[in-house]
Amino acid sequence: MVDVQTTQGRPLLSLRGIVKRFGDFVANDQIDLDIHEGEAHALIGENGAGKSTLVKIIYGLLQPTEGTIAIAGERVRLSGPEDARSRGIGMVFQHFSLFDNLTVAENIALVLPRDQSLGGLRARIAEVAERYKMPLEPDREVWSLSAGERQRIEIARCLLQNPRLVILDEPTSVLAPQESYHLFETLDRLKAEGRSLLYISHKLDEVKRLCESATILRLGKKVGFCDPRKESARSLAALMVGTQISDVHGSSAQAAGPQRLIVDDLSIEAEEIHGVDLEHISLVVRGGEVFGIAGVAGNGQSELFAVLSGERTGTTAEAIRIDGAQIGDMDITGRRLLGAAFVPEERNGHAAAPDFSLTENVILSRHATAGVAPHGLVSFDRARALGQSIISLFDVRKAGADPAARTLSGGNLQKFVVGREILSEPKILVVNQPTWGVDAAACAAIRQALVDLAARGAAVLLISQDLDELFEICDRIAVIHDGRLSDALDARGATREEIGLLMTGTGHQTAAAHAH
Amino acid sequence: MRIDLEARQSRSLALDIGAPIIALIAAILLGGLVVWLMGKSPTRAFSVYFIEPLLEGWSLQELAVKASPLVMIAIGLSFCFRANLWNIGAEGQFVIGGLVGGWLAIATHDGAYQSAIGGWWILPAMLVLGTLAGAFYAMIPALLRVWLGVSEILTSLMLVYVAELILDYFARGPLRDPKGFNFPQSVTFDDVAHLPYLAEGDRLHAGVILALLAVLIAAFVFSRTLFGFEVRLVGEAPRAARFAGFSDSRLTIAVFAISGGLAGLAGICEVAGQIGQLQPTISPGYGFTAIIVAFLGRLSPFGILIAGLVLALTYIGGESAQVALKLPIDMTRTFQGLLLMCVLIADAATRYRIRFRLGALA
Repeated sequence: MVDVQTTQGRPLLSLRGIVKRFGDFVANDQIDLDIHEGEAHALIGENGAGKSTLVKIIYGLLQPTEGTIAIAGERVRLSGPEDARSRGIGMVFQHFSLFDNLTVAENIALVLPRDQSLGGLRARIAEVAERYKMPLEPDREVWSLSAGERQRIEIARCLLQNPRLVILDEPTSVLAPQESYHLFETLDRLKAEGRSLLYISHKLDEVKRLCESATILRLGKKVGFCDPRKESARSLAALMVGTQISDVHGSSAQAAGPQRLIVDDLSIEAEEIHGVDLEHISLVVRGGEVFGIAGVAGNGQSELFAVLSGERTGTTAEAIRIDGAQIGDMDITGRRLLGAAFVPEERNGHAAAPDFSLTENVILSRHATAGVAPHGLVSFDRARALGQSIISLFDVRKAGADPAARTLSGGNLQKFVVGREILSEPKILVVNQPTWGVDAAACAAIRQALVDLAARGAAVLLISQDLDELFEICDRIAVIHDGRLSDALDARGATREEIGLLMTGTGHQTAAAHAH
Repeated sequence: MRIDLEARQSRSLALDIGAPIIALIAAILLGGLVVWLMGKSPTRAFSVYFIEPLLEGWSLQELAVKASPLVMIAIGLSFCFRANLWNIGAEGQFVIGGLVGGWLAIATHDGAYQSAIGGWWILPAMLVLGTLAGAFYAMIPALLRVWLGVSEILTSLMLVYVAELILDYFARGPLRDPKGFNFPQSVTFDDVAHLPYLAEGDRLHAGVILALLAVLIAAFVFSRTLFGFEVRLVGEAPRAARFAGFSDSRLTIAVFAISGGLAGLAGICEVAGQIGQLQPTISPGYGFTAIIVAFLGRLSPFGILIAGLVLALTYIGGESAQVALKLPIDMTRTFQGLLLMCVLIADAATRYRIRFRLGALA
C-alpha cells in the first residue's frame, strides 16, 4: 500500500488508538485517523466494519473505550453532538430527520439556537444556497421535495453552523445520478473553502472522484490507508473485503423462454396523496431473463411493486398474468402459491419485522409456501431449519442463535431477505432495489443469486436506481418515469445516455403513444 | 430545558417484568399520599385494601369472582391492543352480552319452553347468546373503521353509554318483573339459568373456570398459531404484515369479535353467576378496569391473570375501606386511575430512556 501524506502540518482532527467495545464485541480496534484542513478523507469498509461506530465517536454520539481525540492539536473529550458541533464538526446523516409537513426554513430553524428569527434565517438559507449552488426554496413543504432536495436541507442545516469538518454518511445512496453530480459540485466548493470532509461510502468510484486519502476498515480494524485516486475501484474493493471480488457472471444470451410475467396496459391511481399514478404499463418478462426497470426514485417504482406483488389489488384480473393465469385481483398469498416471490425495497419494517427473530421472519413471507404453518399452527422447528439453510447458503452473518432482524447489518439482512425468497425457487421474482445501502461483497452475492435464478428458468424483474447494477445483470431494460414505462431496450445495445434521457422523461412520447 | 425520549437499543427481561411491579408500588405510594391528605392513616388503608382481603376464605372466593370478568375482558382486549387497535368499549359489550343472555333466562322463566326437552340447554344457550351479542356489538366500531375509516377509539367508547341506556330501558321496561312492586329489576333467574357454584358459600361460580380457559387458549394462540403471529405482526410492523399477506380489515374484524365476544361472555357470566337477575346497572366498571388489567399484565395472558387478581383486590379493599375507614368508593377509582398512569409511564420508561437537557435547543 502506498503511504501518502497529502497535506502537511498539524491535522484538524486526529484520532489515536481508538477502541470501542460493546461487551465482548470490539467494534473499533486501535484505529488511527488524521484529517487535515481542506482534505477530503474517505472512510470505506463493508457493512459491519465499524465505520458507523467510528463516525459516532467523532460526532460525540459514542464515547471511545480507549484512545484519544484531538481537534486542532487540542485533546478533547466530546460529551455529545452539541459539543462536537461547537468545535466545528458537522454531520449529514444517511437517513433524513425532517418533518414532512413543515417548510424547509422551519425544518432548519428546528435545529438552530432559538434566537434566530425565521425571516433572518430565510436570508441566510438563500445565502448558503447561492454560495454552494444548492437551490433551496425556504417556503416549500418537505413532502413535496425529492430525496436530493431533502438532502440539501440537511447539508444546509449543517453548513449554517459553519463547520470545519463535515461528515457525510453514504450521501449518494438515496440520489439519482444527476443529483449526485450536483452534490459533488457542492462538496468541491466546500473543499475549496478549506473545509475538511469525512466521506463514508461503498461507492468506490465516488471516493476516487472526491477524496485524496482513504482509510479502509475491515472487521473493526484499520487495514489500509491510501490515495484512492491512485488505486483502481477493484483494488480498493479487494482491500475492503479482504478477498478478490468475483465478477457477476451474466447468463450467456438466453434462448427466449416462455412468457412468464405479463403486465398488460395496467393503470391505477395512486393510493396515497403524494403517490404516483401508474399509466398504461405493459411489459413481458420471459423465463430465463432478468428484466430491469430503471428510473429516478419516486417515479412510480413502489406503486408498481405494490401492484405486482398484490399488496395492493384493484387492477383488472387480466392486467397481470403469471404463466397464463390472470392474477390482477389476487392477493399476495395467492400469487405466492402460484410460484411468485417478492423482495420489497425497505428491509426493516417491510420485508422484515425489525423486532421479530429471524425464524419468525421466515414465517412472515413463507407461511403459505414452506409448510411452516400447517393447519394454521406455526412449526417453529421447520421455520428455524429453513432459516438455517438461508443463513448458511447466503452467508448471513449474525450475532446470537436467533437474533432480532434489526440487529443484522443492512447487507446481511438483505441477503437473508433475498435468500428467503430465492429458496422458495420461485418461477417469477420481483425485486425492488435489492442492493440499496449494501456492501460490495453482499451486492455481488445478491446479483449472482438473481442471475442464477434466471438461469434456472425463472423470470426476474429487477427495479433499481443503480444503472451499474442494471447494466451488469439485465437482459433488457425499460425506464419508468412519472408512472409511465418506456419500451424495453436490449441491455447489450443500450447506452447510458439513452437510459439517462428516458429517466429524465425526454424520450417518453413514443412509449406513451405506443401504449395507447 | 428539553426532555428527550431516546429509544433503547435493547430491552432487558428484568426490566420487562420489573416495570409493572415498580408501577404498582408507585401507585400504592401515591394512593397512600391521597389517603394521608384526606386525614386518614395510609398504613391502615394499605392493610384494609391489600392485606385483609387475603386473610379470609370468603374474601379469597370474592377475589376470584371479581377477577374473572376482569381477566376474561382483558384477554380479549389484549388481542386488540397487540394489533394496535383500541377497543375502549368493552364495558358496553359486557352490558349487551349480559342483557341478551339474560333475556333468555327471563323468557324461559318458571319452566316456559322447558316442557318438551327440559331446561339443560338454557344455560349453555345463554352463554352462547351473550358471547355472540358482545361480538356483534363490537362489530359496530370494527366495521365503521374498516368501511369508513372512523376512529374505533371514539365509536367504541361512545357505544358504552348507548349500551348502558339500552340495558336501563329493558330493566325498567319490557323485562321488568311484573310482580316486583315496580322495582326496576327482572325476575330472579331459575336454577337452570344460573351458573353452578364451585364451593361452599354460594360465591365462587363456574365463570372462574371460563376465565382460566380463556387465559390458556390465548396463551396457545399467541405462541403457537399463525393467527397469533398475525396479530403480533400487524401491531409490530403493519407494512410487513401486508407483505406477509395478512389483511388489515379481516384482522380488525377478528380481534374486535374476539374482544367483544369475551366481554359479552364476561357479562352473561356476571348476570348468570353473581347477580341472578337483570338490573339497570350490572357492572362496576369492569370493562374500563380491564384496560388497566391488560396493560398491567403487559398484554401477556399469564400477566393478565395476575393483574386481574391485583385489580380485583382494589374492588374488595375499596368496599371494606368504605366501612372501616369511611373512605369514599371514588377512592377505588382514583387508585385505579393512578395505577394506569403509573403503568403507562413505566411502559414508556422500558422502551425509552428519558434525558433531561439543559439549555436551548441545540
